[in-house]
Amino acid sequence: MSKPYVRPITSEWIFRHPRYLRYMAREFSCLFIGGWTVLMVWGLKQLSEGPLAWQAFLELLRSPASIALHLLTLAFATYHSITWFNLTPKALPLPFIAAAHYALWGVVSVIVLRAAF
Amino acid sequence: MTQLEVLRYNPETDQEPRFQRYEVPFRDDWVVLDALNHVKEALDPTLSYRWSCHMAVCGSCGMMVNGEPKLACKAFLRDYPGVIRVEPLRHFPIERDLVTVIDDFVAKLARVKPWLMPKEPAPAAGEYQQTPAQLKRYKQFSMCINCMLCYAACPEYGLIPEYLGPAAIALGHRWNRDSRDGGREARQQELAAKEGVWDCTFVGACSEVCPEHVDPAAAIQQVKIESTVDWYQAHLMPWLKK
Amino acid sequence: MESILADVAIVGAGGAGLRAAIALAQADPALRIALVSKVYPMRSHTCAAEGGAAGVIKPDDSLEQHFDDTVGGGDWLSDQDAVDYFIREAPKELLQLEHWGCPWSRAADGSVAVRPFGGMKKQRTWFAADKSGFHILHTLFQTSLQFPSIERFDEYYATELLVADGRCAGLVAIEMRSGQMRRFDARAVIIAGGGAGRMFPFTTNGAIKTGDGMALAYRAGVALKDMEFVQYHPTGLPSTGTLLTEACRGEGGVLLNRNGRRFLQDYGMGPETPLGRPVLKTMELGPRDRVSQAFWHEQKKGNAVSTRWGDAMLLDMRHLGEKTINERLPLVRDMSISYMGVDPVTDPVPVRPVVHYMMGGIDTDISAATSLPGLYAAGECACVSINGANRLGSNSLTELLVFGRRAALSALEYMGNNKPAPAPASLAEDARGRIRELMQRTGGTETVAGLRKEMLRTMEEHAGIYRSGDGLGAACAKLGELRRRYRRLELHDKTNVYNTDLLQALELGSMLDCAEAVVQSAAARKESRGAHQRLDFPQRDDRSFLRHSLASYDAGGAPRIGYRDVVITRSQPGVRDYSGAHA
Repeated sequence: MSKPYVRPITSEWIFRHPRYLRYMAREFSCLFIGGWTVLMVWGLKQLSEGPLAWQAFLELLRSPASIALHLLTLAFATYHSITWFNLTPKALPLPFIAAAHYALWGVVSVIVLRAAF
Repeated sequence: MTQLEVLRYNPETDQEPRFQRYEVPFRDDWVVLDALNHVKEALDPTLSYRWSCHMAVCGSCGMMVNGEPKLACKAFLRDYPGVIRVEPLRHFPIERDLVTVIDDFVAKLARVKPWLMPKEPAPAAGEYQQTPAQLKRYKQFSMCINCMLCYAACPEYGLIPEYLGPAAIALGHRWNRDSRDGGREARQQELAAKEGVWDCTFVGACSEVCPEHVDPAAAIQQVKIESTVDWYQAHLMPWLKK
Repeated sequence: MESILADVAIVGAGGAGLRAAIALAQADPALRIALVSKVYPMRSHTCAAEGGAAGVIKPDDSLEQHFDDTVGGGDWLSDQDAVDYFIREAPKELLQLEHWGCPWSRAADGSVAVRPFGGMKKQRTWFAADKSGFHILHTLFQTSLQFPSIERFDEYYATELLVADGRCAGLVAIEMRSGQMRRFDARAVIIAGGGAGRMFPFTTNGAIKTGDGMALAYRAGVALKDMEFVQYHPTGLPSTGTLLTEACRGEGGVLLNRNGRRFLQDYGMGPETPLGRPVLKTMELGPRDRVSQAFWHEQKKGNAVSTRWGDAMLLDMRHLGEKTINERLPLVRDMSISYMGVDPVTDPVPVRPVVHYMMGGIDTDISAATSLPGLYAAGECACVSINGANRLGSNSLTELLVFGRRAALSALEYMGNNKPAPAPASLAEDARGRIRELMQRTGGTETVAGLRKEMLRTMEEHAGIYRSGDGLGAACAKLGELRRRYRRLELHDKTNVYNTDLLQALELGSMLDCAEAVVQSAAARKESRGAHQRLDFPQRDDRSFLRHSLASYDAGGAPRIGYRDVVITRSQPGVRDYSGAHA
């Protein structure tokens, strides 16, 4: 009699091919970006509680651990952006769509950096 | 000579699948399918697998070769040094040896209504006009040979069996994009459901393994955008008829 | 045994079977249609056809010319009333397919495009890049999904027809996944099971082309007609046998021998036409039988190219340019590179004639009816005959549509005039008993692979492009011997779930029956005509052989060979002239 066998799924699929690891890295970036967002909200709260709280927050930001985490977050965010921009032509098959995304990224970055410094 | 390690399963004798090793001649123009045919003819006639055209157009011979979904008729022995592990296509139940149960895909294909729902009645004499540019808009999505390598590569389908899957969505999209077709709304319910495009997280593995370069990942994202626009249009500007 | 009730049972879900199913579903939504196939429909070998489907559509063409090309191409063995019907229906069917969404390639103005094809005086081959059969099959399959009255039985292998009171009343099939047998009680049966090219070792045909549909009808007493006419396609890959479409030559590709000479001009198909500007119906656009035969002669003269897979000729498409090749022949380029390591853009591709199509098959009349009431046949498994002694490329995809529909209409009419008459249960039980006996047989001395190898060798050696009386005599004797030894075949796999040892054994049985019909018919036809060429009878003999061969099953022995006159209406047998002189 027919008795099909269903192979169990485990999380080993992530390691079956580099493409799956790359995908998980892209998805994993959301943890860092999410965490950074929470940090920014915390900063806003500190700002609302007066100059002392705000200074304490700025000190926290300047700590080595924080710098390391920020660099890591920047790396993940960049990886995420690059992979998504490169995939955009699949969803929107318009000429120069990926280039347009990079260009816009560049323009916005220049504006933000100028405003910050 | 080279070696194949093939996953066997016979429900009448096995509780679960087991590997069996075969030694086969190495020929640099042979594909895995040729090696399997040699096994069946000269070594072990009990081995069961599907095949037919040997030219990558019938879609019968999809299987896992060293963990990657491949058409056995296009996986050349010369590309696999060492023992070649051959298993049935992943994410489908195993019927017998390398033969899987594909009922799920066949049912899902029918659900996306993959037939022409004409926008206008057919001309009284002659064909619908369709320019080469209009043909190009959907042509690549019509090339799907239903081999299901994309389903084997897709981790979402592996984790969420209700997911419609790349090929079914790509074929629904093929008809949506045909200039003669007016059935997008009719297909919407299936395509825009959670188990439709929204279970896709754009892993993109499907497009990487597709032997016909259908690019189902592109089709899925395009359906996401189209169905989102449709949804907003229906809710914010319901007076606009498509 | 579980019984499935249907109005019409269709065996085979390729182009013809699907077209018949759709025609029935459209004619009457209340009909219960059982579509029974040993493979899922999209695996049917229709998918491998590449070049296109012929139908008169352009203003410079006429039905008359399609008629003349087909009748002449068939070396006057085609039944002209059938050809007349076929060419008239052809454009309607191709248009119907377009209305169902088939992605035909287009001209710039949006109308369907046509391309040149072998043996055709005018361009009338509709095409979908170089995957026409694939697109036709998928259009039909996907269209069929909208009809709930078509119930599919995928991966059911039909083993026998049920015949009672001189009428066909259904069939018995193995459900492959469980090994269980089911009976289908039907008021009419349409066989659309395809050809039997796998009886030869070098063929474009896929694994499934084993003549099961032909054998079903044959064993039920229906004659197999014109089986000796086996078409060789000139351009198959020497390594795998798979097909490089005739469209390669339609687009301008040329055939060269080892000296770089376009040798076809030495065989009545000259003068040499300018490179890249093919002239219809001459040189490389001559008919398949003539082109394949020319290669055979070149081979004998020592002019063939030597490859590690044997002798070949060269198909040169370099002058077409990369753009044209990518646009119109993408599959050809992919296959040449993958399987031969040759890129047609930069190098000529070695090719050789390989078995491709069977002009012969189940004897039907112009309405797709067989001599057994209630049984119909369409497609490659049938012989109407429209293809005669040699089929023109791109006529067969159209044939699936025209006669698939015709068989459906005939079955409908039959059911209107006849009450259902189910066969007694014992017939199905006997059929199951025969399968059980094969499965449980012990002490056997033969294997599937062993017998099959001998059959392949015999057909290759004695029933090839050129045949002789001695060779055919040897083949007849050998196949008779294999038929007897088949009864001592023992399976290695005696289990029930998806047993492909059993399936291959049954397929071998079908091929042996069909092969015996081929060689016996060939031995009896003492002339050369179209694809049947005899070294001992090199001329066409209209006085004795302007007739169809009919091979009838004789249980336990060789088939009896009979004849029936060809229907000639307005085209008297003439000379097949493919030289450029008459253009």
